[in-house]
Amino acid sequence: MKSRHQRLIAVVAGVALIAVAAALVLNAFRGNVVFFFSPSEVAANQAPQKGDFRLGGMVEKGSLKRGADGLTVQFVVTDTAKSIPVVYKGILPDLFKEGKGVVTQGSLGADGVFHASQVLAKHDENYMPPEAAHALSKAQAEKAAESLVVPAR
Amino acid sequence: MIPELGHFALILALALALVQAVLPILGAARGIPAFVAVARPVAQGQFVFVAAAFAALAWSFYSNDFTVLNVVNNSNSSLPVQYRIAATWGSHEGSLLLWVLMLSVWMVAVSVFSKSLPDDMVARILGVMGLISVGFLAFLLFTSNPFERLLPAAPDGRDLNPLLQDPGMVIHPPMLYMGYVGFSVAFAFAIAALLDGRLDATWARWSRPWTTAAWIFLTLGIMLGSGWAYYELGWGGWWFWDPVENASFMPWLAGTALIHSLAVTEKRGAFKAWTVLLAILAFSLSLLGTFLVRSGVLTSVHAFATDPRRGVFILCFLALVIGGSLSLYAWRGKKVAPGARFELFSRESMLLANSMLLLVACAAVMLGTLYPLFLDALTGQKISVGPPYFELVFPILLAPAILLASLGPLVAWRKGNGAELARRMRLPAMLVLVFSLFVPLFFGRWALLTTLGLFLAFWIFAGTISALLLRLKAGTKINSAFAGMLLAHAGIGVFILGVTLVKSYEAETDVRLAPGESAELGGYLFKFEGANDVAGPNYQAARGVFVVTKDGQPVARMQPEKRIYRVQKNAMTEAAINSGVTRDLYVSLGEPAGNGAWTARLQVKPFVDWIWGGCLLMALGGLLAAADRRYRAGVRRREVPEAAEETVIHREPA
Repeated sequence: MKSRHQRLIAVVAGVALIAVAAALVLNAFRGNVVFFFSPSEVAANQAPQKGDFRLGGMVEKGSLKRGADGLTVQFVVTDTAKSIPVVYKGILPDLFKEGKGVVTQGSLGADGVFHASQVLAKHDENYMPPEAAHALSKAQAEKAAESLVVPAR
Repeated sequence: MIPELGHFALILALALALVQAVLPILGAARGIPAFVAVARPVAQGQFVFVAAAFAALAWSFYSNDFTVLNVVNNSNSSLPVQYRIAATWGSHEGSLLLWVLMLSVWMVAVSVFSKSLPDDMVARILGVMGLISVGFLAFLLFTSNPFERLLPAAPDGRDLNPLLQDPGMVIHPPMLYMGYVGFSVAFAFAIAALLDGRLDATWARWSRPWTTAAWIFLTLGIMLGSGWAYYELGWGGWWFWDPVENASFMPWLAGTALIHSLAVTEKRGAFKAWTVLLAILAFSLSLLGTFLVRSGVLTSVHAFATDPRRGVFILCFLALVIGGSLSLYAWRGKKVAPGARFELFSRESMLLANSMLLLVACAAVMLGTLYPLFLDALTGQKISVGPPYFELVFPILLAPAILLASLGPLVAWRKGNGAELARRMRLPAMLVLVFSLFVPLFFGRWALLTTLGLFLAFWIFAGTISALLLRLKAGTKINSAFAGMLLAHAGIGVFILGVTLVKSYEAETDVRLAPGESAELGGYLFKFEGANDVAGPNYQAARGVFVVTKDGQPVARMQPEKRIYRVQKNAMTEAAINSGVTRDLYVSLGEPAGNGAWTARLQVKPFVDWIWGGCLLMALGGLLAAADRRYRAGVRRREVPEAAEETVIHREPA
């Protein structure tokens, strides 16, 4: 009888522990998910005004400017429909190039400038970050849809 | 001609794999000795043909055969010869071929080192491995043929991705794959036991060294991958919680749970069903990892859909292996007899709790890795789960596991003595607490997390030393398995020490330096002497020179490079690293900033090498454990395993 009692306690304790662990994991997960937004979505105020998110698209040609310290850089991320200025302090990754895809993580300043804490680029020059590709194709699809709708009116 | 021969060898290997998958299992089930006897020679024959196919592909790379599409896409005539060979497994097709080669190496190993096992058992094990081999060979031949020709031939190849042109690339994938594929042996043992209906301590003793061997390779593979990322990606990170890394980490967590559960099954005959389930899980996660990395699903969920043949094949194969083995488990698992009983406070309970924690941690990694993929595939919404999630969840989930791992070896099987343990550990616990409170002050900055990390590391050292002293005092002989366990546990401590110290005290700064200027970081003075151009075999580079001093004393002369590879035109940062026992200095060149000035990232990383040192100790511990003489064929066991008097051993090894 005593050992059955003990076993029951062990099982209940085990289940409770796993439940606590699961709750902890899910809570941490919810708190640390970073959402992705395209420049059009940011321009439409769909992105959070506070906190981090990811912004991706193409680095606009001719938009890269370096500060006097050689470390602060400014560039513009575009999805061909809308553009968002980005400022970043630090060394850019090797595959960062104008006219190529980029994903940055950071937060939106009150001035409408995106303050990036990370600039991500992958290991292949032909590789477009999927988020960036997605943003571009979405903006192009919307443009195409507009040009179809307008003449019909 | 050579590629065609390779292709043909691969087809023959598939034919043999089919024979191996069908006849031995049938023979074992129906008791047909001739079919059972087929298993060993067929497995060895399959190895010969797979090896021939691999050699043919390697030869095509070596001889710059640009009529082979795979060679064109992944090699170049100016690529140094060792990287041309390594390029054999640089592509999707080639790495799958490597996978199959590793599988056949393991099959040959099983066929050779299984003399003490009953023949029908060996037949079932090799049969299950044959089934896996059929799946992979069919996948290779029907969707990812590495020998596909390109006619007319290309004048030259597109080169190997510069990041992969590194000694790490030569050794890391084979190690990792040996680990992944090695779990197929544990898996095959488990399935064979389910088919057979006999699952006992003897079975566990046979299965243990194989599982430990696979775990060693996986540990080394992950360690090499982490080290490779550290020095080759150029920015000093050693673990990114990237899906590719997580894919190798999940089977490691499940495999670690498995080797501990197997210990209980061998010594006490308990946890049999749990052990079998873990074996199935470890291998399923290995398969999942291979496919996550190799199917392109991570690059884009939609790339998966553009080549539906591969995707569909992969999903079906995964469903078949995982679904099939779990169904078998559900059907036959309940026939497994319950093991010896144990009290709530016993080594068994602690090992059970530990394997639970490892699995929960594994599930947490899985959630962070797969959820974004599912969300993207189902709703198109893009999210990312970064290091903050993993770095929050992991210490909380695994800290209790570390606390238990330290005490486990001190607690008796079946019924532990809590009062005695408390008495024994009171002094060590106090010492550990004092040390972990005051050591951070020595580094100049105290933080709660630092103390917690140090506590875990010192705690596991304390438990390990106590277990050793207890053994010595009792006068019991210390066998190689026990020594291996202690060494691996100490390795975890070394690893935690490295992680804690580097996370707490690393320093990093991005600077712009003109020739002659210097920057100070963490007590070191980095003086930039300028950069000049150098030419490599297949790249152009700018090489910076930094002279590092500490308190006026010279420490190192470091030469980081910025390379441009001629074929792919990729820029690559080749960091300069000055390694030491207590710290690494790490310099990477950014970009030219006018007038000979460059931007650069300087880093001081205290105790970072201890991270890999800890992994190495874990692997060494595994090696010692797997080499224990009781596993060796031909060594007949008469003596009853220590404290195993209640274990029911149904059969002696034949």
